[in-house]
Amino acid sequence: MLKEEKKWELRLYIAGRTPKSVAALTNLEKYCETHLKGQYKIEVIDLLVQPQLAEGDQIFAIPTLVRKVPEPIRKIIGDLSNEEKVLVGLNIRPLKQQS
Amino acid sequence: MYNEPGVFMTFEEKSEELTANVISLGFDLDKLVKNKKLRLDYVHIDRSAIEETGEYDLDGLFIRLEHAIDSIGAKRVVLDTIENLFAGLTNEAVIRTELRRLFQWLKEKGITAIVTAEKGQGSLTRHGLEEYVSDCVIVLDHRIINQISTRRLRIIKYRGSIHGTNEYPFLIDEEGITVFPVTSLKLDKNVSTKRVSTGIPSLDKMFGGKGFFRGSSILLSGSAGTGKTTIASLFANEACLRKEKCLFFAFEESPQQITRNMRSIGLDLDPHVKKGLLEFHSFRPGLYGLEMHLARMYKIVRQFKPQTVVLDPITNLATVGLLAEVNSMLLRFVDFMQSEGITLMMTALNSGTTEHIDENVSSLVDTWILVRDLESAGERNRAIYIMKSRGMKHSNQVREFVITSNGVELIDVYRDSSGILVGSAREARNKQDIAFAKKNERQRLIAKQNHK
Repeated sequence: MLKEEKKWELRLYIAGRTPKSVAALTNLEKYCETHLKGQYKIEVIDLLVQPQLAEGDQIFAIPTLVRKVPEPIRKIIGDLSNEEKVLVGLNIRPLKQQS
Repeated sequence: MYNEPGVFMTFEEKSEELTANVISLGFDLDKLVKNKKLRLDYVHIDRSAIEETGEYDLDGLFIRLEHAIDSIGAKRVVLDTIENLFAGLTNEAVIRTELRRLFQWLKEKGITAIVTAEKGQGSLTRHGLEEYVSDCVIVLDHRIINQISTRRLRIIKYRGSIHGTNEYPFLIDEEGITVFPVTSLKLDKNVSTKRVSTGIPSLDKMFGGKGFFRGSSILLSGSAGTGKTTIASLFANEACLRKEKCLFFAFEESPQQITRNMRSIGLDLDPHVKKGLLEFHSFRPGLYGLEMHLARMYKIVRQFKPQTVVLDPITNLATVGLLAEVNSMLLRFVDFMQSEGITLMMTALNSGTTEHIDENVSSLVDTWILVRDLESAGERNRAIYIMKSRGMKHSNQVREFVITSNGVELIDVYRDSSGILVGSAREARNKQDIAFAKKNERQRLIAKQNHK
């Protein structure tokens, strides 16, 4: 598998601009820029605006980061303050080591 | 869910599973969903696919719930089972505060919420939170007494209302959930002065020629083989002949057995069954707990709406429960029968081993008939007498009770200075008397001729 073909589709669910949500988004962008430059796409969904989307991805906690691609779907909840955990959760570090 | 739309948020079963499972209770969730009366939401928390990092809250859940509530204007919410949140997430403190917030929020929205939780050891809920936050706590449990389990329900708290603190048995069956109050306190039933025949003309005579009061309860007790079922069947038959409906609960014999056995005394119950006037319900008492029995009987009675009910025999119920429980059950049943104006006949076996259940019940019933064995001169004969019959004249005499192939007859016993004579002794005595009378007659005739 060639890593160039990998596209990371991440979806971050938030509910309004709460400090936690903002922190999560900043953290996420920071990690992605460092480790997945150019290969990722972040979609932010504000459940206050689109509440019907919560059911589809089985969202119950806020903020939740969902890795849609690559499969399988992984979820990370919390403000993503722990970089290591996020990377392990998203399975990013191994790829980094390979490259 | 009946008039107020509701949201059912499940953490355990998938929506489809839930729908399938509750069909057996008679709920059609699909239809409710279609009519926008209900919304099912399955919250799946997969521990393995979730990583926690840093601060978070359960706003997502709230928003989902809110969205579901708003979409159908729900007034009721069910969360089942909240324990799974704790299982799926590690940060218990967050869940606790969030749940408290959730309850607050639901209250502000004016929504009735039912939250289910597993019972923890020593505490009402495993995580010891929900019972403080909620306004009403109901505990359900399962208790096994004598190998038979009964589901019980207890209201532990209900803020701002008077509630029964007792444990109430309840039942889950194809019609949903039924709860039974353990006792009915009031004694304010309408009573009837109409009389119904016992089915045995000579027994009617013992009750002033008219029989029992309609809507009264009759206890028929006797030792084994004294013809209790026979009398009960005759009574049932009589009710059917009056074109009234009769229910026969048999705890010993199957309907086929009873009809066959009754044919031997020239009583055919089959036509009544075919006409739908008579309905048999046979089940072994051990099949369910007492409450279940009671519930089933209530239900059958409500459906069938009989004027007469026969329980044969109540003593078999004692094998299922403790004596006190059987009494309480019978009390409720007698009560129920009286409130419905149904004439109830119960038979009871008294052999001394069953701790005299009949004596305990006898205070509840209006009429108590005793069938007894009389053993004398190498014969066993049946004797019947009335122990009590409230509010009517009744005979105080002991009658001999004879079962023949043509039915049942009560024969006046032969009384003389030495006591009563029954069976062949009575017959012998009768013959003697007849012979004596004939002799007298003959002598009179001879004397008459001589006189001529």
